[in-house]
Amino acid sequence: METQTQTVKKENKVATEKMTGAEAVIRCLLAEGVDLIYGYPGGAIMPVYDELYKYQDQLHHVLTRHEQGATHAAQGYARASGKVGVAIATSGPGATNFVTGIADAQIDSTPMVCITGQVGSHLLGSDAFQETDIIGISTPITKWNHQVTKAEDIPTILAKAFYIARSGRPGPVLIDITKDAQFGELDFTYSKCKGVRSYKPVPDTDPKSLEEAAKLIGKAKKPMIVFGQGVILGEAEEELKNFIEKSGIPSAWTILGLSALPTAHPLNVGMVGMHGNYGPNKLTNECDLLLAIGMRFDDRVTGNLETYAKQAKVIHFEIDPAEINKNVHADVAVMGNVKHTLTKILPLIQPNAHDSWLQEFRDYDAIEYDKVIKEELHPSKESLSMGEVIRGINEETKGDAIIVSDVGQHQMIACRYAEFTKSKSNVTSGGLGTMGFALPAAIGAKMGAPEREVVAIIGDGGYQMTIQELGTIFQTKVPVKIVVLNNEFLGMVRQWQQLFFDKRYASTEMVNPDFVTIAKGYHIEAKRVTKREDLQEAIAEMIASKESYFLEVCVEKENNVFPMIPTGASVSDIRLS
Amino acid sequence: MERENFTISVYTENNIGLLNRISAIFLKRHINLDSMTASQSEIKDVFRFTIAVKVTEEQVKKIVLQIEKQIEVIKAFYHKEEDIIYQETALFKVESKLLFEERQIQNVIKNSNANIVTVTSEFFVIEKTGRRREVEALYHKLEPYGLMQFVRSGRIAVTKDKMHISKILESFTEEAV
Repeated sequence: METQTQTVKKENKVATEKMTGAEAVIRCLLAEGVDLIYGYPGGAIMPVYDELYKYQDQLHHVLTRHEQGATHAAQGYARASGKVGVAIATSGPGATNFVTGIADAQIDSTPMVCITGQVGSHLLGSDAFQETDIIGISTPITKWNHQVTKAEDIPTILAKAFYIARSGRPGPVLIDITKDAQFGELDFTYSKCKGVRSYKPVPDTDPKSLEEAAKLIGKAKKPMIVFGQGVILGEAEEELKNFIEKSGIPSAWTILGLSALPTAHPLNVGMVGMHGNYGPNKLTNECDLLLAIGMRFDDRVTGNLETYAKQAKVIHFEIDPAEINKNVHADVAVMGNVKHTLTKILPLIQPNAHDSWLQEFRDYDAIEYDKVIKEELHPSKESLSMGEVIRGINEETKGDAIIVSDVGQHQMIACRYAEFTKSKSNVTSGGLGTMGFALPAAIGAKMGAPEREVVAIIGDGGYQMTIQELGTIFQTKVPVKIVVLNNEFLGMVRQWQQLFFDKRYASTEMVNPDFVTIAKGYHIEAKRVTKREDLQEAIAEMIASKESYFLEVCVEKENNVFPMIPTGASVSDIRLS
Repeated sequence: MERENFTISVYTENNIGLLNRISAIFLKRHINLDSMTASQSEIKDVFRFTIAVKVTEEQVKKIVLQIEKQIEVIKAFYHKEEDIIYQETALFKVESKLLFEERQIQNVIKNSNANIVTVTSEFFVIEKTGRRREVEALYHKLEPYGLMQFVRSGRIAVTKDKMHISKILESFTEEAV
């Protein structure tokens, strides 16, 4: 730390300015290009809020209705914009309410800087009012965290925070600032962090690994690509597309890889994983070469590891060395940012096509369409399905919208059926599975990409976990579109109870309030649809609206999401019913 | 894969939260540490954790990568028993009168290559440095006479091979600037 401070000071000959630590926090944020933050004030962070008041024309603060909402909004902002999301809160309960959002950002590699106030340093350890050890609490769920007790440390530490949050494999950073550090004075200068001794964000790419990978690709008869969010985080969408098109390899996405390639791309074979598509899951266990690109072999992707792609050679393109051989053995590990490695490997491979192999995916697609998709998108039953709502949204948005989904059945249906034409269009809580994520994340996504349509798809359960953020929407007038797919159940848990617990529906039936009235209470235009003949018109009205809009669709209570890989089963044992 | 004794060496920056961060990696995986010590290293401002743990080699490989992933960790290594020179230190506090009443105790001390570090009229303190089994052997010999206190340090170890930390640090510095 000290060495770094010294180099920074040496390099920077700009005259310093005297100011308080609190003002320095704002000036650091501005220097990092931040113009929007999410937060909630309170005792230990009040000096910073006082400065926010002075800088409000340069730095917009969005008051969420709960600190958890601030973290999810910052995540949504980061995922839609590619920039670092910033959330700010007070000590104690303010800080602990950050925990879920931080854990979510950690497991989904979302760049986020969280700033929390802390009691004065003389009170640390005295169980002072609203004192909590947020450094201790957040250690296992942050990429880095640090407590600042002196005003003069603020610029260096915040510069380091932004650098760490966004570099390499991104993640959340928490900076805890004691109240005396906010009040204290410093000579302010700021220079962006360019590196941290002991931290190597991007590992070197071994040229031999590229050659070996190219050799395996050249020999493969049935290669398959599974790509994840690493492509989006590395801004490697174009490189991925070039690689896929030259190699002719059928390519599946993980849930967080959604939208990195257009849905309609001829080599896009859909989603892998527990509720993914039939073909890519089945054929994972038939391919002779599996290319994992910017993905981490989550258990929801692999099912039983003992029977996962055992017949295949595996090439893992990855930025984080700790992911290599963590869950699946890599025959070749290609380290580095995939934007770089996919560019480097392109000239080493021959143009190819795998038409008959691709046809195997399409044959499975036909089976899946017949057994599952047809009924989901065009139900023969009177009751509405979740899938037909997503289909209706696709028709109105033409795949241009950012789809923000919560967690549960509606999420799986949204991820299975939403169509995407551009990247950064899927914002969902993948790794942590955080119910309550979508409403605040949609607020952040819309603010991060104001030119784009943002549609939140939420279940009636998760919606009520962060429903208070309707207040944020009302106050900021952010025009997000909210669709609640109401089946009056915690549907995914109910599905498991039906399939694995003999239909003992313990605490999954929801007695819900009048959601339309609640939305109207926040002066948000709202409509409820219960009949098919009203659905498309309501969706069209919602999408056409220039303001925020709430649409509740009452769907079939006991539909199940299929296909499904039961936990502990092999990917190739995926069930269609 | 069999569980075996591994020693993990971690070179780090001196950061207040790092002990917590490293131990959390073991906690998350429900792995009990045999011992953990932290000290200065041979390089100025670089600290060194020495962790002894019984796991499979596959586990220790993954753990080392997770440790290395922490921002302020410079480098982590794992070693098998044959790759290192390792020691522990134990202190035994014994009543002084035993020295006179139990003549055998003097032979025990002599034969164990232990040092007497303090003698008072009430007690004396024996220090024994060595491998775990040597310390344990002395413990079993002294225990029947009655121990007022016993304490043993964590394992410390140096490797037979070079670890090139200075070189690694230089490479970081080159990239950082």
